[in-house]
Amino acid sequence: MKDLIRSLTECWGPSGHEAGVRELIRGMIPRGFESRVDTMGNLIAHRPAPAGGRQAGRGRRIMLAAHMDEIGIVVTHVDQKGFLRFGSVGGVMPLPLTGGRVQFESGFLGVIGLERLEDSSRVPSLDRFFIDVGATSPADCPVKVGDVASFHRSCEEIGSRITAKAMDDRIGCAVLLQAMKELDSSPHDLWFVFTVQEEIGLRGAGTSGYGVEPEIALAVDVTFTGDTPEAAPMAVSLGAGPAVKIKDGGMLAHAGVKDWLLATAQAAGIPCQREVLLRGTTDASAIQVSRSGVPAGCLSIPARYVHSPSEVVDFGDVQGCVKLLLPALRGPVDIG
Amino acid sequence: MPSQPDAPELLRRLCEAHGISGREEAVRAILLEAIRDRVDACRIDSMGNLIAFKKGTGASRLRVLAAAHMDEVGLVITGAEDSGTLRFAKVGGIDDRVLPARMVLIGARRVPGVIGIKPVHLLERGERDRVPEARQLSIDVGASSRAEAERLAPRGETAMFASEFLTSAGGTAGTGVVQAKALDDRVGCAILVGLLAERFEFDFVAAFTVQEEVGLRGARVAAWAEKPDAALVLECTGANEVPSKRDVSPSTRLGHGPALTVRDPSFVADPRLVEAFSRAGSESGIPYQVKQPTIGGTDAGSIHRVREGVPSLTIAVPARYIHSPVSMMDLSDFHHTAALAREGLTRLPGALGERGAGT
Repeated sequence: MKDLIRSLTECWGPSGHEAGVRELIRGMIPRGFESRVDTMGNLIAHRPAPAGGRQAGRGRRIMLAAHMDEIGIVVTHVDQKGFLRFGSVGGVMPLPLTGGRVQFESGFLGVIGLERLEDSSRVPSLDRFFIDVGATSPADCPVKVGDVASFHRSCEEIGSRITAKAMDDRIGCAVLLQAMKELDSSPHDLWFVFTVQEEIGLRGAGTSGYGVEPEIALAVDVTFTGDTPEAAPMAVSLGAGPAVKIKDGGMLAHAGVKDWLLATAQAAGIPCQREVLLRGTTDASAIQVSRSGVPAGCLSIPARYVHSPSEVVDFGDVQGCVKLLLPALRGPVDIG
Repeated sequence: MPSQPDAPELLRRLCEAHGISGREEAVRAILLEAIRDRVDACRIDSMGNLIAFKKGTGASRLRVLAAAHMDEVGLVITGAEDSGTLRFAKVGGIDDRVLPARMVLIGARRVPGVIGIKPVHLLERGERDRVPEARQLSIDVGASSRAEAERLAPRGETAMFASEFLTSAGGTAGTGVVQAKALDDRVGCAILVGLLAERFEFDFVAAFTVQEEVGLRGARVAAWAEKPDAALVLECTGANEVPSKRDVSPSTRLGHGPALTVRDPSFVADPRLVEAFSRAGSESGIPYQVKQPTIGGTDAGSIHRVREGVPSLTIAVPARYIHSPVSMMDLSDFHHTAALAREGLTRLPGALGERGAGT
């Protein structure tokens, strides 16, 4: 599964430009699933319930979602000397930018530089940064206004942890793919959806939620932790297992969906954590309010340094997510 | 050139009409009259959108929506003081700095008023350096009592900037410039009227939308009802060419043709539509520019998310000083935007295939 994580995180795909990630995932979808791409670019893989499953009242129409897109930058201006000005695609933090590298779709690399600051004690805003792509004028600049770039960073193991760019949410994609591969039998009508444009407003989840029209929805995405030095208080730690979302900044998880996951973990002896996230949200919040409403929840992979070029997850937590999803989807689901 | 009729006469009437978000009736009446003989059907929906339908030749099974918003930013009266002055709030995004000493016209009766400001002689130390906030300002209609003020301008009435539509020589192509309020988005409305003179291969739906400036609201229900396979939003976008020492983006520039939005904070344009319209520009000799991608937001922001999603694109006429009492555009940009809209739409069936969906 580590190879899977490496290939997914090193793939290029800022919000709105997910085609490369989509093709990579599409090539890994196991037999038994039929896949299609919808209008927005979401990849929707479907495995119908076995004959008799739904009719016997045991199977449900369940949608699982992980987003393919990553945060990045978009070029706003090429100046007379060939330097690029840029804005964010999704929630980019200025602090870790200087000296970082970005990569454009064509493969071109750029180095992020920073203007001289009058007051170096304050974090500069994004408009004080620029990108050097080795050009000397607009004429020899290989990129143009509107082009997007992702962080450029390799995936590496550090102890039992893995660090990479775009862990948010390729790690969720990896969990879904692994679960699809290992899920032998299930009474349910299963829809694994790899969504687009989550980082810029949960947009793919809204339209695919409308299209799939699930009875139950589950997002698989990263969440923050409170276990680093002087971190904001949060009762989620790296290495303590997958986190079952109670609430976040955009959603109260459906109580039945939350209990379904917690009970499954307990029955299977899988350590897991209860997650209350004060800021941010996931695809589940958009699916929850699609059409006339969907019972929705979220299984979270704890991650450090989220939205930096080096996000960190624990491999045991990742495996724990897969271990939890398998029994959750193998048996009947009662969400009350 | 059938896509460029009526300008600037229709545009003048549209710009001078009162159409603050939520009160688009006067603009709609002008449009209804202008399109009546050009369309196969039209209706006004529950929110006030004017939606027109023009059947295609049958060569394409696509259903394509083009949208332009009727509303403009302005003010709403929130009450009267005992002294007879009127309190107000802003409707849509307006910079507080453009308000003081402006003439406004209130309601359908166009009651004139002025946003009061102390004369320069009476300013106290420090006042000169501060911009008064909108909530500290009031509108003076010359009333001497609360009752008279409420009679002239009841609470809830909307007010627009009093601003004459002026044309003058100049512009990059010598075609002249327009200075007027509400170019955002009456230029889109005028171009859309022009497009209704065409008969495309596909079924064509024109939506003149309400309440864009307060949250892209009308477009959302129009797209929900019309179920388009693709959407084009016709807009007016800001050009910020004021001199600056910093070599940074002016967003768009006058005289450089329509601005294509590849993405903005409200949506990501469908790459097939971007490609089709870019090629339409290059191959037809119509200049175009790419808008700075981190600012703004248009009706495409709500249309592209409707139901299972709609491939969308925005093209816009660049204008300086938008969302103020007077904005300025180059007429060559207006004509080029109309031409690019027509050329690009003509190419849509080829660009999208017959289903309009991705593969």
